[in-house]
Amino acid sequence: MSELFSKKNKEVFFTPIGLNNPVTVQVLGICSALAVTAQLKPAIVMGLSVTIIVAFANVIISLLRNTIPNRIRIIVQLVVVAALVTIVSQVLKAFAYDVSVQLSVYVGLIITNCILMGRLEAFAMQNKPWESFLDGIGNGLGYAKVLVIVAFFRELLGSGALFGIQIVPESFYEMGYSNNGLMLMPPMALIICACIIWFERSRNKELQEKN
Amino acid sequence: MKALRNFINNVKPQFEKGGKFEKFRSTFGAFETFLFVPDTTNQNGVHVRDAVDLKRTMSVVILALIPSLLFGMYNVGYQHFHMLGQTDVTFVETFLFGFLKVLPIVIVSYVVGLGIEFITAQIRGHEVNEGFLVSGMIIPLVMPADAPLWMVAVSTAFAVIFGKEVFGGTGMNIWNPALVARAFFFFAYPSKISGDQVWIADKIDSYSGATPLALANAGDTTTYCICDCVSGFIPGSIGETSVIAIAIGAFVLLLTGVASWKTMLSVFVGGALMGLLFNQFGSEANHMAQLPWYHHLAIGGFCFGAVFMATDPVTSARTELGKYIYGFLIGAMAIIIRVLNPGYPEGMMLSILLLNTFAPLIDYCIVQANISKRKNRVKIKS
Repeated sequence: MSELFSKKNKEVFFTPIGLNNPVTVQVLGICSALAVTAQLKPAIVMGLSVTIIVAFANVIISLLRNTIPNRIRIIVQLVVVAALVTIVSQVLKAFAYDVSVQLSVYVGLIITNCILMGRLEAFAMQNKPWESFLDGIGNGLGYAKVLVIVAFFRELLGSGALFGIQIVPESFYEMGYSNNGLMLMPPMALIICACIIWFERSRNKELQEKN
Repeated sequence: MKALRNFINNVKPQFEKGGKFEKFRSTFGAFETFLFVPDTTNQNGVHVRDAVDLKRTMSVVILALIPSLLFGMYNVGYQHFHMLGQTDVTFVETFLFGFLKVLPIVIVSYVVGLGIEFITAQIRGHEVNEGFLVSGMIIPLVMPADAPLWMVAVSTAFAVIFGKEVFGGTGMNIWNPALVARAFFFFAYPSKISGDQVWIADKIDSYSGATPLALANAGDTTTYCICDCVSGFIPGSIGETSVIAIAIGAFVLLLTGVASWKTMLSVFVGGALMGLLFNQFGSEANHMAQLPWYHHLAIGGFCFGAVFMATDPVTSARTELGKYIYGFLIGAMAIIIRVLNPGYPEGMMLSILLLNTFAPLIDYCIVQANISKRKNRVKIKS
């Protein structure tokens, strides 16, 4: 048991959430971060879906890693990811229909999410299943973290609500406050993402490159 | 004047290295050089021998903006009383009404913008740059008279932080900060800066306050004739209405050589040619396409943008040939957006921002073309 949570494994799990975040440091998976973050609920569902898919795709590829012929490895990886995406998409349709309608094509497009192929190629092809699983969960949560932060600000400032519940009181609107329409547009997601990167880089000196 | 100089000399040691307020050195320096010409001289090679520094250049632009500002104040009052049907209001009363409407917007824009400038200068240990002096004056002039002050503040803050400071401050920005502020306002709070409800101060609901641009979009060019648009007694953003006031500003800018006549001229040529093209080939059903080209130039923010924003030396193209291309495309794009996209009635803002983005590319192409031309010349000789 102690080996399962060794220091190295902890590192595999925690660095993608913090210092080597797939979105803010590696700048992967930006497209879906723009598309589904206008509200918190779809952002959380999206984050969880990606986490589950990365984790299990990592495990499956890691189990198969010694048998996959090198020349067709991308196709094999795609088949595994596509199968998992289809399962997740069907589960969402069955148990959370409203959210799956909101997410529309973006669940299907998880297959093109750069984080997935990146992790499979860079990690799962060289490591054992358990490490790969931790790496997948870590990367998925790192992705979900950014999505949730972006969605929090976009929903709060753009619609004055969180999880669809009105947060900004009616009296504010009567005093002349109004929702920021720009927050609901994709450009603002980029700017909030940039602010997160700005914040992280100013806190962690090792993220700043030397010119 | 002398007393002021003495006072500054007295407190100066406290702000210098080792002094009590060393932290606020840049703030102090900003005020000192704002009031007096700096008395420090360069010790080694000086290349430019001229009394004009950035602060004086900016002051000229402010001077050029004054006619538009004063006329804008008067027009805000005029539109208000015109709407109420009161014709016996004196000149002073009209001006005073507009003055009290516009002044808060100017103050908010300057306080917020300069506040952020000073704070970033302190954090970075830089001297305070004077770039915001002009932006802070242009921002109120492109706002509607009824703009809520907190929205002006938010837009200004956004423009200064994300339009300017993140790129490294004055001289490094890609987009004109005043236009970033307006674009932010336009997309964030569209109901307060477009439509026919916002252009007249304290408007009563039943009165239609549509701008000539919106009216022209609907095919109505008779409510305001072209002479109204030139003189400027029309609803619109505070400073953009009067072509005459803007022309005075343009005259000052060109006379002092602060703005480039090449950019300015080619914006108008581009707009006029594109207008003519639409007159010839545009669809009959599109009212904007059928609008005469000279009318296009007189309405909306076309003149204001061409004179004060397209010519911004930081964001415009810097090569001489590039200025023609840059200006021409601004004018042409503005008319294209106006005619073909009824969702954005004012094309000038978007077109200048678009060409701001492409200005470095235009410069790059021209410089590269020149380099390869000269290389070819060398090859032939050898």
